[in-house]
Amino acid sequence: MRTIYLDNNATTSVAPQVYEAMKPFLTEEYGNPSSMHAFGGKIKKNIDSARASVANLIGANDVNEIIFTSCGTESDNTAIIGTLRSYPDKKHIITTKVEHPAVLSLCKYLETQGYRLTYLDVNTDGLLDLNELKSAIDYDTAIISIMHANNETGVLFPIDEIAEIARLRGVVFHTDAVQSTGKINLDMKKIPVDLLSLSGHKLHASKGVAALYVRKGTRFSPFLIGGHQEQGRRGGTENVASIVGLGVACELAKKNMNEEIVRVKNLRDKLEGGIVEKISNVRVNGHKEKRLPNTTNIGFEFIEGESILLKLDEKGIAASSGSACTSGSLMPSHVLRAMGIPFTFIQGSIRFSLSRYNREEDIDYTLEHLPAIIKLLRSISPYSK
Amino acid sequence: MWDYSEKVKEFFKNPRNVGEIENPDAVGEVGSIICGDALRLTLRIDKKTEKIIDAKFKTFGCASAIASSSALTEIIKGMTIEAASKVTNQDIADYLGGLPEEKMHCSVMGMEALEAAIANYRGAPAKKEMIGQEKIVCKCFSVTDQKIIRAIKENNLKTVDEVTHYTKAGGGCGKCKPEIERLLNEFWEKEETKIIQHKEVPRKKKLTNLERISLIKETMEREIRPQLKADGGDVELIDVDRNKVYVKFLGVCLGCPSAGVTLKELVEARLREFIDSDIMVEEVKE
Repeated sequence: MRTIYLDNNATTSVAPQVYEAMKPFLTEEYGNPSSMHAFGGKIKKNIDSARASVANLIGANDVNEIIFTSCGTESDNTAIIGTLRSYPDKKHIITTKVEHPAVLSLCKYLETQGYRLTYLDVNTDGLLDLNELKSAIDYDTAIISIMHANNETGVLFPIDEIAEIARLRGVVFHTDAVQSTGKINLDMKKIPVDLLSLSGHKLHASKGVAALYVRKGTRFSPFLIGGHQEQGRRGGTENVASIVGLGVACELAKKNMNEEIVRVKNLRDKLEGGIVEKISNVRVNGHKEKRLPNTTNIGFEFIEGESILLKLDEKGIAASSGSACTSGSLMPSHVLRAMGIPFTFIQGSIRFSLSRYNREEDIDYTLEHLPAIIKLLRSISPYSK
Repeated sequence: MWDYSEKVKEFFKNPRNVGEIENPDAVGEVGSIICGDALRLTLRIDKKTEKIIDAKFKTFGCASAIASSSALTEIIKGMTIEAASKVTNQDIADYLGGLPEEKMHCSVMGMEALEAAIANYRGAPAKKEMIGQEKIVCKCFSVTDQKIIRAIKENNLKTVDEVTHYTKAGGGCGKCKPEIERLLNEFWEKEETKIIQHKEVPRKKKLTNLERISLIKETMEREIRPQLKADGGDVELIDVDRNKVYVKFLGVCLGCPSAGVTLKELVEARLREFIDSDIMVEEVKE
């Protein structure tokens, strides 16, 4: 059975071109880019070229503003811990209630280490009140860390406005753009973000590679302390193959960006519209316009997410859920709870996230099978009438 | 993805006895949407023989909740009320070829619905009401102290995490974890006193300090270390201070989540058995 993969916010397939580009560095080109001999040393130019491709995708002014890391979590941790180390006297952090655990769990930990945290609320659409942000900033604020696109709902925060607020108040602004990079246009020349995290496996590169953008002039302390790699800003021998792959993935994303935004959005809208039309008692979670073109989060009333996922799985459809049973923590999605979505829709929430490899028949196939699954599970539920 | 047994998968795919009996003789309802799972059990009971002739369920919840509910109905069909009242959550889990530890609360939900239905047959309301002396410990999932103590007792639970897997208590905000810990300690302390009262351990002859230490060393070499080494772990004796024995775990025991259990159930139990029932073993961490 073919897998209809609609879980691209979890991870994506490695693009064939990316895989081809990586191969030599997993076989004959195994040298260490830090070596003095040509066999290793020549590999440095492959890393430099990948760095240029990443810089180009996000419109960075200087290639050296890109630091390669091992994952989105490392980029987020580096941004936040690095900034706190650079401003040892400041003890206040501003973030939101809907961040990815890579930021949120770190913030909860920092709270136990003497830091003061402000977690900004969101409304039912998943949007922030920027006045709340403005009044939260004070003399003690070391960093503002606010994600660009939410991984569960796809809702976009206005990082351009937030960056401007932070700049005027002289506070470092970090954004976790792991979900948005490669899916929508990002231009660091226009948005005064200081630090930005992105991750390879969310944009058709391999797992185990990510990057942190550090705007020139931003105070920075390394998180992984070790060798002189990445200009002394991140110790550790480079994951050469994956870095080269990330470079190619960024080029591919850039090349097809504008057409793909439209094509993927049309597919997403067809899926979402079809579900709303064919199935009763559903609700789309998150702002309909201000969100990624590839994501839809839909709550199905009276039934539970894990059951829906396993029934979809029987049909070869891969998606994910914000229900308690799938979160591994007994409590359902912190994002949907922060939005104040009724529990009956949270427990039955399903996220479909598309990529440029999805085709219209994937959507048709899903729309063909989903209504029967929902009907079956509702017939088992004590809540549906 | 959960590692469900084939039987759980089968019962989720083709659940038996879905639905509701019209004008049932007994109804049991537990859970809520907020808690993430809920079950409505309806029974047809032969008044003369008190036999359960038919059982049907409706469940809101994950695959294991649906499978557990369905398994429950299969187990109790044909049983007398008397026999059904002895069905435990473990029976449901066993029937399904086991449940993932984190999903044991699904089997507990089945047992509770059955109890509520039996009580309902005898005149109580369908939804279980709280008894006056019960106290809510976990506010996130409305779990009472009585439910926690019962789960500890019936399933031999030793840690807060285990209590969470079986009852959900502590799985939300986590504020009640110290209270769960207290209930665990209280329960097991009572049990230990019972055990000690039961078997009069003959007092061994009084040892000198030197004898005592070498006996501890010998027992560790002979009884404890070989067992741990067989699993790739080890333990080292660090110090002895009156009845306190300090040890350090090595190898795979180091950082093992069940090292605490090993400490009590193997190291301490053996030393008590061979030397002195007062011995307390403590782990030295660096």
